[in-house]
Amino acid sequence: MLRQSHTLLGALALSSLSLTTLAVATPAQAETLDIGVMGELASFDTSQVSGGVWESQILMDVYEGLLKENPEGEIMPGMATDWDISEDGKTYTFRLREGATWSDGEPVTAEDFVFGWQHLLDPASASKYAYLLYPIKNAKAVNTGDKPLDALGVTSLDGGKTLQVHLESPTPYFLQLLTHYTAYPVPKHAVEKYGDDWVKMNNIVTNGAFKPVEWISQSRISVEKNPEYYDADEVSLDGVNYFNTEDRNAAISRFRAGELDIIRDYPSSRYQWLEKNLPEATHLSPMLGSYYYVLNARDGRPTADKRVREALNLVIRRKVLSKQIMAGSFKEAYSLVPPGTSHYDVQHMDGVEGDYAKRLAKAKQLLKKAGYGPDHPLNLGLRYNTSDEHKKIAIAIAAMWKPLGVNVEMTNAEATVHYQTLQQGDFDVARAGWIADYNDAQNFLSLLRSGVGNNYGAYSNPAYDKLLDRAASTQDLDKREALLEKAENVALDDYALVPLLYYVTRNLVDPSIRGWQDNAEDDHPSRWVSFAE
Amino acid sequence: MLTYTLKRLLAAIPTLLIVITISFFLMRVAPGGPFDGERQLPPEIEANLKAAYHLDEPLPMQYLRYMGNLLQGDFGPSFKYKDFSVTELIAQGFPVSLEIGGLAMLLALLLGLPMGIIAAVRRNSAVDYAVMGTALAGIAVPNFVIAPILALVFGVLLAWLPAGGWNGGAWPNLVLPVIALSIQQIAYIARMMRASMIEVLGSHYIRTARAKGLSERQVIWRHAIRPALLPVTSYLGPAIAGIITGSVVIEQIFGIPGIGRYFVQAALNRDYTLVMGTVVFYGALIVLMNLLVDLLYSALDPQIRYDD
Repeated sequence: MLRQSHTLLGALALSSLSLTTLAVATPAQAETLDIGVMGELASFDTSQVSGGVWESQILMDVYEGLLKENPEGEIMPGMATDWDISEDGKTYTFRLREGATWSDGEPVTAEDFVFGWQHLLDPASASKYAYLLYPIKNAKAVNTGDKPLDALGVTSLDGGKTLQVHLESPTPYFLQLLTHYTAYPVPKHAVEKYGDDWVKMNNIVTNGAFKPVEWISQSRISVEKNPEYYDADEVSLDGVNYFNTEDRNAAISRFRAGELDIIRDYPSSRYQWLEKNLPEATHLSPMLGSYYYVLNARDGRPTADKRVREALNLVIRRKVLSKQIMAGSFKEAYSLVPPGTSHYDVQHMDGVEGDYAKRLAKAKQLLKKAGYGPDHPLNLGLRYNTSDEHKKIAIAIAAMWKPLGVNVEMTNAEATVHYQTLQQGDFDVARAGWIADYNDAQNFLSLLRSGVGNNYGAYSNPAYDKLLDRAASTQDLDKREALLEKAENVALDDYALVPLLYYVTRNLVDPSIRGWQDNAEDDHPSRWVSFAE
Repeated sequence: MLTYTLKRLLAAIPTLLIVITISFFLMRVAPGGPFDGERQLPPEIEANLKAAYHLDEPLPMQYLRYMGNLLQGDFGPSFKYKDFSVTELIAQGFPVSLEIGGLAMLLALLLGLPMGIIAAVRRNSAVDYAVMGTALAGIAVPNFVIAPILALVFGVLLAWLPAGGWNGGAWPNLVLPVIALSIQQIAYIARMMRASMIEVLGSHYIRTARAKGLSERQVIWRHAIRPALLPVTSYLGPAIAGIITGSVVIEQIFGIPGIGRYFVQAALNRDYTLVMGTVVFYGALIVLMNLLVDLLYSALDPQIRYDD
């Protein structure tokens, strides 16, 4: 009898112990924003970030670059109040804001930008996104170790009040680029004091509207309003909590339970339900992203033949993909560069819309000419990275190619393996996607440029490359636009890829929130956000 | 007992070494590396990255470097979560997984053992079928079905409990994950206990006890339960090690910052150091739990003794 009561008591004791772990929850302040983000931040050191939307959300709340974005995603002065651009478009001179400080009170100076950009391009930092700053003079050479850090074309003048940047060539999207986190300043004084530990929570200083205070890995990052921020009076929120909610369906449950105010993505399969049941909270809006199939143009591949590429493009019913397969949560695409791209008109691949029967007939003819028929069927290997969405689309497309007598063998692999295979060129057709780093057509068009790493299909057309080169050195924005559009048409006429869908931004936002707008970059700085009374 | 324990601990070292070595090389064999992703890196940047993490060195050299650091207790930095070392990640995550897993196992024992005993004692009755039917359902329905349903019903529709989040371990946030995690365990333990009890109840010494005139209650409590616990105990060793290292499904769905997700996420990210860290940690835990279980045996069965 004694032994039993021991075990019973023991169990009771243990359970009461756990019941008393009434740990203090994050204080439920009226003005704290709870956001569900879809991944874990890699680091508060912007040179170490892996590039997810979830990371830019947090980083743009705690840091501020020379320029910042308003709720509509338009650029406006940030750490720089005004600037001059030289005649030849290669020199930018920024005047820094008086009184702008880091969260510890130290002034933000041009030195911090010089230091930050050198740190980003330092080969020792091994930053994945260093190439975004390549428009700066000597940036590439510095990044490959060919030139020392101080050869970088950026200097601090006037005792740190002015920042001068020299570019390799006129870059019309340079100002846009400066809102990206790769161009944020780094607190030189903190790095000098703490070394690599400067990003730890008790050391870190930032210059944005908020400063980081707590990081529970894989669960929550909490930031508090930064009283040193020059515009602190205009910032409504007292703080923001970012919860890692990778499981999107679970995130929706938490949103409905009122535990989260915003979630930064939802599965496309839930869109119709959300539209119906939470119409005011459900946001769906065009995004600067393209979902497409890469066609392998390397020798020996069936897709190296232009006729095959055209045929494959002709018979796809893109509206079916967007409306039925993706239930309206994507937009059909007939080009690579998506709508909403600044200073650019959306282009349209020829002949892929309209009378389906005619398109099918033409496609069949093309394949016949290319030597394919019932006794020599076209066999294609289609690769995509594992996901329900990609699978649905792949199956639909294989079905659309079936009337052509095309046999599709589908392979899916996890993202890492998928992209490695693409890098090796070991595929016929492969799914790929691209979200813009900055709002400029050039970011998308470089995907088809000869010799570029992300040009998985190894498409190569000298006429295309030449047009891109000419555009790169053209300062007149209209002339540049014409050149870029011409280039895209060259690629589309070549049927260089299979454009399928344009990405959309998908967010759930509590209707009581103000200062949050849909925009093509899907950037929503919390500094503008407030709760309605 | 002490010498036995020490001998077991010493024998664990070569075991762990083998596990570590095999994992190390197996991981490198998998296609793809930590830096492959949607955006292809310019070759010079990829070269920088590889050099920074010593991935450009020959594999045996990387292995020796890793083992050297390991012996000094340095698991290295995480490739993916740059601001944290592997030690920090495991140190932060393990107590969380331990709490949820420990409570789940406790609940499983508190419910599963009695369920199994009752089912065995009332064998082939309605109670038996009811208990075993429930247990079967518990095993058959997967975690990732039960967990979202619990979150939906109790978190959203009834709003009795949080639908997710850790909240520093506040007890309302523990309830649903613990329940979701324990269901399968309850089922396994119940079935195992029942089978074991039935076997024990049919043995000679139970017949003798009954023949001696002991009440059924005394027979069960004093003579049947302890030996019947033996199979459950040997199951518990690795089961506890598994459950306290977290369930990636439960942690993902409820947003719990445990180490369970590292087992999957780190491998997918090819985060070599984190994978190795979790492997070493888990390996050591299993060795420890197996040792504890064997020691527990001797408490349960006097015939099992470890003195030389």
